[in-house]
Amino acid sequence: MSARVLPYGPAHVLAEVDSSAEAADLYEWLAAGAIPGIRTLLPAARTVLVGVDEGAIAEVTVALAAHTAVPATSAARAGAPAPVEVPTVYDGEDLEWVAAACGLSVEEVVRRHSAPIYTAAFCGFAPGFAYLVGGDGALNLPRRANPRPRVPASSVAIAGEYSAVYPSASPGGWHLLGRAEVRVWSLDRDPPALIPPGTRVRFVPIRSPSRP
Amino acid sequence: MIVVRASGPLATIQDGGRSLLGHLGVGAAGAADPNAFALANRLVGNADGTAAIEVTLGGLTFECIDACVVAMTGAPCPATVSAGPSLGFAAPLAFPAGALVRLAAPPRGLRTYVAVRGGIDVPPVLGSRSFDTLGRLGPPPLQPGDALTIGPDPASPLDTDLAPTREREPIVRLWPGPRLDWFADALGALTSAAWTVRSDSDRVGVRLSGTPLRRARTDELPSEGIVTGAVQVPHDGQPIVMLADHPVTGGYPVVAVADPDDITVLAQARPGTQLRFVTHRGRSSRL
Repeated sequence: MSARVLPYGPAHVLAEVDSSAEAADLYEWLAAGAIPGIRTLLPAARTVLVGVDEGAIAEVTVALAAHTAVPATSAARAGAPAPVEVPTVYDGEDLEWVAAACGLSVEEVVRRHSAPIYTAAFCGFAPGFAYLVGGDGALNLPRRANPRPRVPASSVAIAGEYSAVYPSASPGGWHLLGRAEVRVWSLDRDPPALIPPGTRVRFVPIRSPSRP
Repeated sequence: MIVVRASGPLATIQDGGRSLLGHLGVGAAGAADPNAFALANRLVGNADGTAAIEVTLGGLTFECIDACVVAMTGAPCPATVSAGPSLGFAAPLAFPAGALVRLAAPPRGLRTYVAVRGGIDVPPVLGSRSFDTLGRLGPPPLQPGDALTIGPDPASPLDTDLAPTREREPIVRLWPGPRLDWFADALGALTSAAWTVRSDSDRVGVRLSGTPLRRARTDELPSEGIVTGAVQVPHDGQPIVMLADHPVTGGYPVVAVADPDDITVLAQARPGTQLRFVTHRGRSSRL
């Protein structure tokens, strides 16, 4: 894998790769100190935003573009901690629409969404909002054409290759499958984010206490 | 301690921000105009990054319960204490206990920094006393009746008695951004005409209106990191320049980045301002 290095103003460069897994691998490799002259790192879908020490943009750019031997570390690791379990009531507003759009029954959507172990590729959009990869490709749908002005906190949602749990109420354009019974963001907890990048996650279907 | 008696349109506590939590989706926040904020703290002998009050379009009134030293920088609000004569701007002022300080609306500029020697000492959230208007983190916007503790005296010299401030022209230097190739001559379009600052601009970003930028490609951009000063162009072709409360990642292409020393111009640009861009070597496409 080699990164394309794009300009991003006087103090940053943007390293671009071709998949979520490559972006996560590149982020971990850089975070371990592979290249000198780096101050900050921010992983995202296909990129790592690199904050650079003053005067070091040229050497960081050259080093990033030249390296091809980034180890693939973000895939299954020996001795990885058990996945975080997210108890989920699958009663989302878009569940039936998603089922119809994928040509599946609602039960099949729930089964396919709760079967895999996901990995948090990166966070963004809001504090504690983790973009989870590793989902079933049969559920891959584009975002809603019209976002909702308000998505309830703890909504479990999908869009494109990602799943996520909304950490708090916010506008949102993803398809709502249900709601999590655990808070993924809480300032009363240290660290406040339940799902930082690299965390593995399982959605566990549960029945709502108010339904039989 | 000081007690807020009136807050104006928006008054928040800001410091140097939360700079190391981007990987959790937590934005940096912090003072929108870093230059004016730094000067206010320097004038009262505070360490860099000490929490101060960011006042938007004036209107703040506060009562000094204890004697304190205060400086105001940024947008020049006419200010009086207890119905006295106008106070000096960009200078340290010593107020006695009981002083009632009123900031009127500034005739120009947008954000005023009120630094108190010792700093605004409210409990930090995730390592910062800044209020993030997007992430809704930190001490909430000031309301009448809020009592703000002032931190201990920093035991530093008060050795600057007046700071001559230069009025900046509404010109912003641009560096190239990562997605220039998503547009047909974005830098040319940005530098060839003035842009009007819209009234829906805020601490998240300065929204500009003008001739829409034309896309060269129409696919969706996977979310990627954003920096303060990034010039982001959504589907309507109207640029938004990111300020302190910008989201950590986003899916709209960034074509350029404002020079860090010009963030002060953006943070002080009132709605209606005609902003001009030049490339960072000082050339516009008209030359």
